[in-house]
This record gives sequence, C-alpha cells and structure tokens, in this order.
Amino acid sequence: MINEEAVYYSRILTETTLSFHIIYATLGVGVPLMIMIAHWVGIKKNDEHYILLARRWTRGFIITVAVGVVTGTAIGLQLSLLWPNFMELAGNVIALPLFMETFAFFFEAIFLGIYLYTWDRFENQRKHLLLLIPVAIGASFSAVFITIVNAFMNAPQGFDLVNGELVNVNPIKAMFNPAMPTKVSHVVGTAYMTSAFVLASIAAFRLLKGSNHIYHKKALFLTMKVGLIFSITSLIVGDLSGKYLAEYQPEKLAAAEWHFETSENAELILFGIMNEEEEIKYALKIPYALSILAHGSPTAEVIGLDQFAEEDRPPLYIHYLFNIMVGIGMLMIVVSLLYIFSRARGWTFTETKPYRWLIVLGGPLAIIAIEAGWWLAEVGRQPWILRGIMRTAEGATTSNDVDLMLLLFCGLYLILGIGSVVVLSRMFRRNPVERELMERKGDVQT
Amino acid sequence: MIINLEIIGIIVLWTFLFGYIIVASIDFGAGFFNAYGIFTKRQHILTKIIQRYLSPVWEVTNVFLVFFFVGMVGFFPSTAFYYGTTLLVPVSIAVILLGIRGSYYAFETYGARSHKGYAFMYGLSGLLLPAALSIVLTISEGGFVSMVNGNPVLDYWALFTSPLTWSIVVLSLSAVLYISAVFLTWYADKANDTPATELLRRYALIWSLPTIITAGGIIYELRSHNAEHYERILSLWWMFLISAVLFIGTVWLLWRRKHYGVAFSLLIGQFAFAFYGYGISHYPYLLYPHLTLYDSFTNEAMAVSLIIAFIAGLALLIPSLYLLLRLFLFNKDYVSGKSDHEH
Repeated sequence: MINEEAVYYSRILTETTLSFHIIYATLGVGVPLMIMIAHWVGIKKNDEHYILLARRWTRGFIITVAVGVVTGTAIGLQLSLLWPNFMELAGNVIALPLFMETFAFFFEAIFLGIYLYTWDRFENQRKHLLLLIPVAIGASFSAVFITIVNAFMNAPQGFDLVNGELVNVNPIKAMFNPAMPTKVSHVVGTAYMTSAFVLASIAAFRLLKGSNHIYHKKALFLTMKVGLIFSITSLIVGDLSGKYLAEYQPEKLAAAEWHFETSENAELILFGIMNEEEEIKYALKIPYALSILAHGSPTAEVIGLDQFAEEDRPPLYIHYLFNIMVGIGMLMIVVSLLYIFSRARGWTFTETKPYRWLIVLGGPLAIIAIEAGWWLAEVGRQPWILRGIMRTAEGATTSNDVDLMLLLFCGLYLILGIGSVVVLSRMFRRNPVERELMERKGDVQT
Repeated sequence: MIINLEIIGIIVLWTFLFGYIIVASIDFGAGFFNAYGIFTKRQHILTKIIQRYLSPVWEVTNVFLVFFFVGMVGFFPSTAFYYGTTLLVPVSIAVILLGIRGSYYAFETYGARSHKGYAFMYGLSGLLLPAALSIVLTISEGGFVSMVNGNPVLDYWALFTSPLTWSIVVLSLSAVLYISAVFLTWYADKANDTPATELLRRYALIWSLPTIITAGGIIYELRSHNAEHYERILSLWWMFLISAVLFIGTVWLLWRRKHYGVAFSLLIGQFAFAFYGYGISHYPYLLYPHLTLYDSFTNEAMAVSLIIAFIAGLALLIPSLYLLLRLFLFNKDYVSGKSDHEH
C-alpha cells in the first residue's frame, strides 16, 4: 500500500532537511582542516595573525557545528520516520557505516569541546594543535561514512535477494561498493574546497569594507591556495565520477547530459534549454567530449536513455543542476588560479575592487554548487531509493501527518538559518580583528 | 535467558540509552531550573553552572541519543518499520525541541547575549522533551498500535486517554528534575557555592517524592494494561527493591546535608537497577505483541561487524571521554571558575 501524498511530502521534507543540513555539514567537514592549517602555519612562522585566524574561525565554527548537530540529528531520525521500509531493508546491509559515523562524530564532538575551552591552557601551543587532529579526522570520517551509505543507495551490493528475503549479507562488500571511491572523494574534496572559498569570501569582504589589515590579506591568500588545490582535485574526481556513472548508472549520466540515443563518438551538450517537446535550444555541443568523459576515449559508445523504460528514467532537469555544479567549479578554478598566479607575478588586477567582489561571490556560489551537486546526486537516482531494488515510493512512510511535520521543520530551519547568520555577523562585528590584535599584543608583552 | 547476539545488541543499546537518560536529565533539568530562576530572580546561580558545565558537553550528550537510534536500526532493522511509521509525530516534535535546545547553546552561550524569552523556551523544551520521548516507552507496552493493511498505525485517542501514558509522562518529568537537582547540588557544592547548593538541595528533595510515587504507580497500572509484563516485573522484585533502598539512601544523605557525591552515585544506582529491571522484564518484546528481539534482529554478519565496530569505537572513545571529564567535570579550578576559558 503506497500513500501518494505521504510519498510526496516525505520527499519534500527530506529534500528540505538535506538542503539545509548540507550547508552546515560541508562547513563542518572543511573548516576544521582550515583551522588546523592556519594554526599550524601560525606556530611554524611564529605569526600571531595566523593563530588569531585559527581562533576566530573556531569561534564561528562552533556555531555552524551546533546547527549541524541539530539538523544532522533531524535527518538521522527522518531516515527512519519518513522512509521506514527503506531503512528496514537498508539497515540489514548498510547499518555498519551509519553506526561508525556516530563514533566519528562522537570523537569529533569530544575533542572539539576540549579544543574550544583550552585556548591558553597549554604552555606549549603545539599540544593544543594536537587536539585539533581528532576533530579534523572525526569530521572528515563522518563525511566518509555517511557518503558510503549514499554510495550504497546508488550501487547496492553485498547481499542477495531470494524471494524477497535478504541472504548472504556482507557488510564490508556493501561498504566498498563501486560508487564509493568517487563519491567519497568528491564529497570530502568539495567540502574542503567550499569551506576554503567561503572563508576567502569573508576575508575579501572585510578587505572591501574598509579594513586593509594584513591579517585579512594573509587569510585571503591562504584560503585561495587551499581552495585552488581542492577545486582541481574535485575536477579530477568529477571526471572519474563520469566514468563510474557510465559503467554502473548509465541512465543517470544520460539524463544529466541529455544523451538520448546510444551512440559512439558521443557529443557533450553543455548548457541549453529544453522545451516541452524535448527539443534542445541554445546548447553548446562539444564533439566526442561525452565519450571522453564516460570512457576516456573519443570513439567509445555511450549508453543513452533509449535503453531504459520510461518509468526507470531520472527527470531531465538534472542537466541544469549538472551545468550549475560544473560551471561554478570551473569558475572557481579560474578565479583562484588567476589570483595565485598574479600574486606570484606581481600583477595588481586581483587586488582591485571588482576582482575582490568576484571572490566574495565565490563563497555563496560554492555553496550553490554543493546544493546543485546533491540535488543532482539524489534526483538523478530517481525513481529508485535503492537503485534497481526499491523504488522511492515503496520506501516511504504511510503516515498521514507528514505535511504538518514539513511545516514544523521549515519553521525550525528558518529560525536556525536566520539565527546563525545574525549571531555570526554580530559576533565578528562586535570584536573586530584590529581590536583583538591590540588586546592580544598586550597579552604577549606581559 | 541465554547470552546470544540479540542479547548483546540490546544490552549495548540499553546501556547507551541509560547514559543518555542520566546525562540528558541533568541537561534538561538544569535548563528548567535556570528558566525558573530567571522568573524568581535567582538566575545568576544556575546560569553560571549551565555555562561552565553544560555548554562544553551538550553535543556529546546528543550523540548518546543518535547512537541509540542508529544502533537500534542497525541491530534491529524491523524497528525502523514499526517505530518509524508510528512515531513520526512524537519524535519529530522531540527533534524540533532538541533543535531549540541546540540553538540556545549555539546562539546564547556562544553568542553571549541572553534573552529572557529564549531562556524560557529552552527551559520549557527541557520539560516537553522527556514527555515526547517517554511516549516511546508507553507505546512499547502495546495496546496503542494496530496493523492496518500490513502497516502499523498509532491510535492517538487510546494513547492520550490512557492513565499509563500520563503516569509515564509525570514520571519522566519528575525524574528529570530529580536527577538534575541531585547532580547540580553536588556540582554547586564542589564549586563552593553555598546558596546554589541549598537551593538545589531543596529542589532535589521536592522532586524525590513524585518520582518514587509515580514509579510505583506505573508498576501497578501495568497490571491491568500488560499483565505479562507485570508478572515479569514481579519476578524481578529484588532489583526494584534494591532501587528503592538506594533511593532512600540518596534522600537521607541530602536531608542530612552530607556526601553529595555519594548521594549522586546512589541515585545512579537507583536508576540503573530500575532501568535494567524494567528492560529485562520487557524481554523479549520490543513492541508488545508485534515485535520481539528475535524477529526483528539483523543478520549474523551485520551483528558481528556492528559489535566489532562497537568495541573498536569504545577503545577510542573511553580515553577521550575520560579526558573530557577530567578537564571539565573533575577539574577543581575549572569547576570553581578559577581557570578561565575562551568566550
């Protein structure tokens, strides 16, 4: 028995929760690494600016982590509340990484608490830095384990279904499914990338709004460097993801690229708009590029949507999501590469106002790319919740109260979203870098 | 009862739930006393304790809960189907209340600006949460869930008109306030804050009575609601007797203003005996009469790997937790506010 209305609202509520949670989760994974790098550079160069950078980032980080904990608890419970049939099946096969994720987060939360409340309690700064390592490891591994669960939903393996019964369950094989390597590295890499560009965006904004302090310039240079490294790794992993899709989820790749007919020498369709008759307009067509993306060879055959029954095809609008994600990723590579390059060459155009505004824009854009990427991943898996095994509608709850819960949760996310922005901006506006540096200099001298 | 994988799984989960109940009770109760203090102009006493003790650990507290429900779906996947479908409303409300508490910690203590309305919401959420969460235990007693077209459906009318529901709600509320007050009495005493100690000691004594009365009342009500469970409770009479003796010990020590630390350990013992006694007597049902440990259990391969992951995880966590407690809870300078911290 499927309750259509419950399915519909369950999908919207899960989408809302994930879209909101992913902002805080992404920062939660990436920012500890940035704090660690800044703290380490500060100790190494004996530069108070980097130490202060680590301190101020940490103060902001705890706000985002707190919201992430709340929304993470929400999505954790919603998996069982909204998708009870799916969780009953998946729990039998993929519960292990879900379970390990709690440990990873547990580990992170404990050391974050300690790191936070022990500034200045250690004579040796290096010891304090050591506390950050478990925080960063815990944060990244949370992402690894959760993404493994998501990878399993795309490429389920490690069990056999015999007359509707699960047999021969192998939890390790389920974890190391074909989708796992590219998905995990893409999620973790883009989290580092996005966090770096968000922090760069803040530094650039401060530089634009009056303060010309060297502190912000150091912050900007550091974050742009890290951002460049991880945007390039994300690009490489993105290419590998294309090859994974071509092999294991061809319908997802075909829908994302509007590739209808199975063919060799396949062209890649970039941008473009599709009308109701499924005609594509204003698109940029790159010959052979899809074959290269899918199989690394310009002549390779790429499976098209014609190989799949109508009811097994993902919606075609994921093409737009794909373009947004890739477009922003490319833009950020160019922006950060130009910035680093011109610093080395002594060019000054990257120090101008328009360029700094571009970097400011990079923060929100990177978040939009993360959102587009997750929607692409989730909508592109439709109509399946567990590809080839269980359809989304079969996994959903039959309860009639989902619409009301949707309203309640929207209210909660609204409060959390507004609250975190207000608190963060107030926190840093009230205590500008210049003042804090002056106070700390006084500290150091006595 | 023989020890098998099912039993190991439920013992692990039950232990984490017990940990959550104790730590979360301290947390919930402190929030309520704080809000109450603001209205009776005694806030400074509790606000300080909340900021020094609860802020560093609230995320850890929350993980205990997450651990419990993730472990539950891992070891007993069928619970996702039965409880997931029926608990949508109460658990969603609990998550939203947890959200209010989390945002209070994030925005108020880190953001360092207090707002009366927010403190009030935070305090109120501490009272509503145990009520929302304890519904799960009530439902597990059976009689409120029926199967319609193969799907479990919760009968709200029966649930909200049952005296059992309301006694469990009252027990959860008074137990939260009692546990919290006893712990905070000890903590305030360690911080040498005499007015706070006196105030909290009074709260502890006030809430001890409803706790023990409703606990006894629930056992009595089970006789008519779930006779099978009632019989099993009676056969474990000695566990509940020990629990009652420990309760008297705590109250006596509080009354005589002596050994608050010992009083709190006795309280842990009291709740442990009652909680495990309740758990054992609930065996083998997870949801009367639909679901037992055995028909909801996962496959052996998953169970073994979960247990291995659990042991490996504990090896990592126990030293870390010890470090956390040593730095914040049992560090004299920190507790009494001598050693300063960020924010």
